[in-house]
Amino acid sequence: MLYAIEPELKDRKMNNIIQQNSNIVITAENLTKKFGHFTAVDNISFEVERGEIFGFLGANGAGKTTAMRMLSGLSIPTSGKGIVAGYDIETQTELVKKNIGYMSQKFSLYDDLKVWENIELFGGIYGMKDKEIKVKTDELMKVLNFENERDKLVGSLPLGFKQKLAFSVSIFHNPQVVFLDEPTGGVDPITRRQFWELIYDATSRGITVFVTTHYMDEAEYCNRVSIMVDGKIEALDSPKDLKEQFNAASMDEVFQQLARRSTRQAD
Amino acid sequence: MKQLVSFIRKEFYHILRDKTTMMILLLMPIIQIILFGFALTTEVKNTEVAVLVPTNDEASSRIIDKINASAYFDVVEKIHHTDEIQPVFRDARAKLIVVFEDHFTEKLRQTGKAHIQLIADATDPNAATSFTFYASNIINSYQQELREATSNPYLIMPEIKMLYNPQMIGAFNFVPGVLGMIMLLICAMMTSIAIVREKEMGTMEILLVSPMKPIYIILSKITPYFVLSCVNFATIMLLSVFVLKVPIAGGFISLVAVSLLYIFVSLSLGLLVSTLTNSQQAAMLISGMGLMIPVMLLSGMIFPIENMPVALQWLSDIVPAKWYISAVKAIMIKGLGITSVLKEIGILSLMSLVLVTISLKKFKIRLE
Repeated sequence: MLYAIEPELKDRKMNNIIQQNSNIVITAENLTKKFGHFTAVDNISFEVERGEIFGFLGANGAGKTTAMRMLSGLSIPTSGKGIVAGYDIETQTELVKKNIGYMSQKFSLYDDLKVWENIELFGGIYGMKDKEIKVKTDELMKVLNFENERDKLVGSLPLGFKQKLAFSVSIFHNPQVVFLDEPTGGVDPITRRQFWELIYDATSRGITVFVTTHYMDEAEYCNRVSIMVDGKIEALDSPKDLKEQFNAASMDEVFQQLARRSTRQAD
Repeated sequence: MKQLVSFIRKEFYHILRDKTTMMILLLMPIIQIILFGFALTTEVKNTEVAVLVPTNDEASSRIIDKINASAYFDVVEKIHHTDEIQPVFRDARAKLIVVFEDHFTEKLRQTGKAHIQLIADATDPNAATSFTFYASNIINSYQQELREATSNPYLIMPEIKMLYNPQMIGAFNFVPGVLGMIMLLICAMMTSIAIVREKEMGTMEILLVSPMKPIYIILSKITPYFVLSCVNFATIMLLSVFVLKVPIAGGFISLVAVSLLYIFVSLSLGLLVSTLTNSQQAAMLISGMGLMIPVMLLSGMIFPIENMPVALQWLSDIVPAKWYISAVKAIMIKGLGITSVLKEIGILSLMSLVLVTISLKKFKIRLE
C-alpha cells in the first residue's frame, strides 16, 4: 500500500535536499553511555544536517532510545560530546531543550484535556505568547482538518488522530530539531502515510527530524539511515546506498543482515 | 511564570474532570466527621434502663428520677420481681437494670446502709463500663446530697473534674484526629499519585525534555492539592464547630499556622513517595500502608500512645500526625497559645526540612 505513494514522497525528498543548506544541526562525537558495566551506547559519532530526516534504526535494546535521550538532554553522556541546535547537550541543556521537540513512543498528550487545551499547555510550557498560541492553533486545526475535534477530549480521539496531534504539538513551538521515538507504533498504513506527510511538511519548514522506527518501509522515506547494533552504529548512509552496499532489495534485508550480528539480548 | 500558570491550570483540569475522585476527596471529611461523630461514638447516650423496685419509696424514686433526667439514660420500664430481669435483657428492652433492695428507704434511714445492684448487658464491654460508671456517679451524687443534709463531718468525697472536656465528648478527641488523617491522605497520597501518573502515562518524559523546570512541575502538582486541603480544613472546622459543637478554644490563627505546616510536611511526604515508585498502584499502596495505617494506629487518634510498648512509642514519634494532633488538641481544645506547642512546631518543621531535602534531591537525580 505504501509503495503506491512512493513517487510523490520521493519528489518531496528531492525538494528537501535542494532546500537544505549545509549547516549541521546535530553532532555526536564518540557519545557513550554506560550503566554500571553495561555499555548501552558505545562510542557513536555522526552528524545530521538541517532539514534532514535522519532515521535511527536498531533492534530493541540496541541503544536507540538511550542515544536519543542523551541528545535531547534527558540523560548525561558518560563520555563523548554532543551538539544539538548549536548547544552543548551537557553544559547548555536548558538551551537545547528550548530548541527541540520530542514525541515519545508512549502516546504523549493528556487524555483528559481537550485538543486545544493540550496545545495551549505545551505552547505555554515553551513560553509562547497567548496570541501566538491562538493564531497557530486555528491554523493547525485547519491544516489537520480537526476543526470539529477542537473541543473534544484527546482521550476520545482515535489513535491515528492522537498521534498526528502529538506530532503537531511537538513541533508547535517551531523547534530546530524534533526527536520522534517510534512515533507510528500501532497505527494503520494509511494513518502512517498521513503521518509521514506531516513529517515532510515539517522538514520543508526547515525542521530537522530525528526518528527511530521499527518499520523498514518507513526507513525508506528517510534521507539517511543509521543502523545500531549492540550500542554501535554499524551502517550509516542513504537507503539507496545502503541497499547497494549490502546487495539487498529492501531496507528490511539490510537490517536483517546487520541485526544477525547482535550478541545482545533484546530487553 | 507563564509556564507555571499554564501548568497549574492543567492540574486543575485533571482534578475537576475526574469528578468521582473529586467528590470522594470533598465528601470524605464530611463522611468521616459524621461517622465518628454520630455512628462510631463510644459515648453513651439515651441508654435504655429498667428499674426493679420491690417497694415504691422516697429514696428509690429520687434516684430513678435522677437517672431518667440525665442525658445518658432513659428509664423505659419498671419491673417488680427478679424473675422479670432475664426477659428484659433477652428481648433487649434495656441495657442496664438498676435493682433496689426491699424497703430501700427504710433500711437506708435505719441502718444507714442499703444496696443497689447494677446489672448490665456487657455484650459491648466498653459501653457497659461507661454506662455503669455513669450510673454509679448518679447514685453517688444522691448519696452526697443525703450526707450534706445530715452533715456528717468525717467524710472524704473525691471530686472528679474532667478538665477541658467536662462532658467527655468524643468529638474533642477525633476532630483533631480526622484533621490529621484527611490532610495526610489528600496531600501525601493524592500528590504522589498525581506525579506517578505522569510517569506511568509517559508524559513525564515530555515534561522533562521541555524547558519546564522540575521545581515548577512539583509546584504545580502540589498547588491544587494544597487548595483542596484548605477547603477540607475549612469543612472540618465548620462541621466541628456548628454540628458537633466542638469550640475552637484557642487562637484560630495559631491553628491555621500549625495546619499549614502540617500540610507542608504531608506534601513533602507525597513527593518522597512519588520518587520511590513508578506505578500509581504502588504509590497508593505505599501511602495507604505506609502512611494511613501508622496514622490511624500510632498517632494517638484511636489508641492511647501511653499504653503501647516502648518500641511502638518510639515509632510513634516519627509519625508526623502524632505531633500535629497533639498541637491541634492543645490549641483547639485546651485553648493554649502557640507558645505551648513550640515543641510540636519544631519537630514538624524539622521533619518537613528533612523530607523536602531528600525528595528534591531524589527528584532531580531521577531526571538524569
